[in-house]
Amino acid sequence: MGMGKYINVDNTKPPVSTSDKFKRFVKRTFKPELFIGLGVVFREMVRKDSNHTMFYPMEKVQIDARYRGVHKLLRVLESGNERCIGCGLCEKICVSNCIAMDTHLGDDGRKKVSNYSINFGRCVYCGLCADVCPELAIVHGGDYEFSSEQRAYYGFKNDLLTKKDELKNQVEFEGYGSLPVDSSDKVKFTPTSYIQKEESKDKE
Amino acid sequence: MAKITINGKICECNEGEYILAIARRNGIFIPAICYLSGCSPTLACRLCMVEADDKRVYSCNAKAKDGMVVITDNEQIASERKAIMQTYCINHPLECGVCDQSGECELQNFVYHMGVDEQIYSIKDTHKPAQDWGLIHYDPALCIVCERCITVCKDKIGDNALKTVPRGGDALEKSLKDTMPKEAYAVWNKFQKNLIAPNSADGSLDCSDCGECTAVCPVGALVGSRFQYRSNAWELKKISASNPHSSDCELIYYDVKPTSIENRKHKIYRVSSDYDFGELNKAARFGYDFNKDESRKDRIVLERIVDGFKSGRIKNIKFNSFITNEEARILSILKDKFELNLINDEAKAYQNFLKEFSKFAGSSLYNGDFDSVKEADFIISAGSFLRHDAPNVGYKLNNALKINKASAIYFHPLKDAVVEGYSKNLLSCNHSPNLDIEILLFILQKFGKNLPKWLEDRLLSAFENAKKEVEVSKKVKQTSLVKKKIKDENGEEKEIEEEVEKEVIVKEKELIDAKFSTYAKALNLDEDALEKLLEKKEKFTLVIGEDFITSKNASTLAKLTGLVQRYTQFKVLIIPPRTNSLGVAMICELGEEQSGKTFGYNEKGDVVFSSLKADLDAPALNEQEGTFTNLDLRVVPTHPALDYHGFELNDIAKCLGLEFENTIDYTPNLGEGFKKIKFDDLENFYDNGGVNHRGYKLESKSFEACDDEFEIENLNPNLDEVIIYKANPIGQFSKFSNRASALMQTAKLYAGKEFLEANSLKDSDVVIIKKDELELALSVELDKDIQGAYLPFFDDKIDISGFFTSRYSSVTIQRSQA
Repeated sequence: MGMGKYINVDNTKPPVSTSDKFKRFVKRTFKPELFIGLGVVFREMVRKDSNHTMFYPMEKVQIDARYRGVHKLLRVLESGNERCIGCGLCEKICVSNCIAMDTHLGDDGRKKVSNYSINFGRCVYCGLCADVCPELAIVHGGDYEFSSEQRAYYGFKNDLLTKKDELKNQVEFEGYGSLPVDSSDKVKFTPTSYIQKEESKDKE
Repeated sequence: MAKITINGKICECNEGEYILAIARRNGIFIPAICYLSGCSPTLACRLCMVEADDKRVYSCNAKAKDGMVVITDNEQIASERKAIMQTYCINHPLECGVCDQSGECELQNFVYHMGVDEQIYSIKDTHKPAQDWGLIHYDPALCIVCERCITVCKDKIGDNALKTVPRGGDALEKSLKDTMPKEAYAVWNKFQKNLIAPNSADGSLDCSDCGECTAVCPVGALVGSRFQYRSNAWELKKISASNPHSSDCELIYYDVKPTSIENRKHKIYRVSSDYDFGELNKAARFGYDFNKDESRKDRIVLERIVDGFKSGRIKNIKFNSFITNEEARILSILKDKFELNLINDEAKAYQNFLKEFSKFAGSSLYNGDFDSVKEADFIISAGSFLRHDAPNVGYKLNNALKINKASAIYFHPLKDAVVEGYSKNLLSCNHSPNLDIEILLFILQKFGKNLPKWLEDRLLSAFENAKKEVEVSKKVKQTSLVKKKIKDENGEEKEIEEEVEKEVIVKEKELIDAKFSTYAKALNLDEDALEKLLEKKEKFTLVIGEDFITSKNASTLAKLTGLVQRYTQFKVLIIPPRTNSLGVAMICELGEEQSGKTFGYNEKGDVVFSSLKADLDAPALNEQEGTFTNLDLRVVPTHPALDYHGFELNDIAKCLGLEFENTIDYTPNLGEGFKKIKFDDLENFYDNGGVNHRGYKLESKSFEACDDEFEIENLNPNLDEVIIYKANPIGQFSKFSNRASALMQTAKLYAGKEFLEANSLKDSDVVIIKKDELELALSVELDKDIQGAYLPFFDDKIDISGFFTSRYSSVTIQRSQA
């Protein structure tokens, strides 16, 4: 790409002499822009239907689905089972090495996750864990308030996992790493396609 | 030496070597799933196809010829390989997320490597529930039928515990044969027909539980039950070490990671190995957590011990051979400094044996090793309950039988059905337990050359003449009438009878004069069978086991073994009975217990320093840094897998004025016979060609050998009543292996079927074993592979030392009434 496509924002030459510098100072100080800005602030302060000022923490901002806030561990909507299968990919991909998990063999012969932890003090909220999760179990939530009393601050499985009685309020994740809308159309051929073949044979 | 060119690289090789083995040795990658180094090729995966001199061959079973040009990859081969990997994925469960093999799975790797990105085939799957085989978990749904488990079990381990059975899958559509790539069709077709299953009548796994099949499995079908779903492969840190339980000291890796999220202390999750070149036995693979959970520094006890040494109250140090060379060195320095007696009965017996042996052999060490067993074509094992005492020697012996078409004789009073099943070319000689000298005399008589006069005379006198029935083939002329049809001049067919004379070979039995060895007769050895086994054999190896070392005749046996090494073409291997018996025997001057207090290091004493129950905690071998001297005559390093917070032997030594800061500072200072190599410079791995880079090999010193006549008399008592043998069950070696959570068990009297019947006992009966004043109540367990009975010494709650002076003892057995 040539330089021609770029636009120089400020073409004015910087002042060289002292008098020029003084002139610029006076101009900047007493230009009405300052008062225009103050005027806007004052207007919004007194206006009744203002949407520029939020009364935090009584009011909180509405976050977009793609915002990467504090993590959540989701459950399967239908059965309420945990989505996490303990594959460990989030642990592996984590750039700041802040995810850990313990797994064991469950009584039903399946892999169970005994505990799961994220060190929010180290997490950089990059979203790779949510992206790599094959089950959409670890996702980012909208919670952006993560101040804590100490640098190492852990969220454990109990804190992150959707509570059983709040399952109905669980919202499907639409942010970074979620399934694209047309994902079903991309499925080509499945291991059960032999059934279609058999059926078409039967018709013949 | 031949030379072949692989992908433009000139590789040196022996004519007749497999191309794949040559490529691996030279760092050239040829994909292969089913082939295992040192085993016979199975041709199950067909991925290793290459072009050799423009002809498509499978490199795992194609032999190299001088001047051969091999190309490992081209477009056609790549597309065939991709198609094969594609067929392996048909119906393979999509559970990589939970699979234990994920991350080190060869199916994952090759699918990615070959670029399989879609699946165009499908077929109905069969139902195959997962099976639990104790220490091994088998999920047939994940199996890709590469047959590596069957191959390793047959060619290396010798248990023959697995086989293929019909899968019962649907047959492939016939049209696929024309449309699919040829090799991929063949692989898929075979896959639909076969499945791996235990080779036993009732469908349960019946083997020695070495777990080698879990190591070789390229996918997650065979895994250790205790590892299942505990950790992902990539989270584990591999720490190279040496098997601490038995004297093979085979290369192992402790796979460690933190215990849990809350507890960051490291824990061993499993033991892995280099399955291509180093097989592990049960204890090495599953007996990894034999350390104490908590260890602490008790300064008061330490001071008491130090004071005991300084004041001269402690006169004896009692220890065993489950220590490193460095610790043995520390003990020997302490002995000199404080005039102590080092007591280690089992190492002392081995030391004495080795001393007598080297006097008559003319070399400080025996000349056999693992390679000389593996590469031999005639092997004799004597005085070793092989599968129990030294399983790894058994693996190498079985490997030689299978791969080199070797033959062998297994001398042992206890008949072992599994050893007998190794090969048709193995002669199992079950002799009376009081015979041992006769075995070595027979070997000298049969194979000895230029023997000293006195011995030769003696051996010559041990023949007896008798008639022997032999089959002789003779050529005999026979005449017979044959009908023939011929055409006469008119074209009519006529039948004519003609007399034809033929030479026919007729076998006749004849009695001839023959010389029989009285030794062979005493041992019950079939000399004719031996002659057959000896045909065209060139490389001979003799394996001597613990029975000889603890025998009443040990001194004579040692001398005779020395003579065998010197006057026959046998390479001799004297198996050290415990992990580091050889190291202790080389480093320490061992003595008898004398009055005064005894410091017990992992043994009983007035004050006990031990990794088990102790006054002062000691590190277990998986918490220690140091070296072992193994039966392969190598000084091999072992690294600590776990943190240890107590005192080590070197801490006591430092308090007593020894100078080195760390235990491993003793590694270059082990003394005579050892090399001056620093611990951190010792490597511990096998390279791609199987060359051993583990520590360093000891060099044997040769000197003038002794030829003096000595008395040869069998001092073994004639045992009557019920004879029992001293041996551990498979997988147990000591109280340390018994501490591991996977192996923990209580000692029993293990007995074969015949023994139980003869003493009218049943499995799990409780018996009282009596000898003189001693009495022991134990439960009986059936060991269906053997004939006879053995009493174990791994359980430190049951003291059997009084029952045995050698490895055999006659006792009375009573069924308990209660």
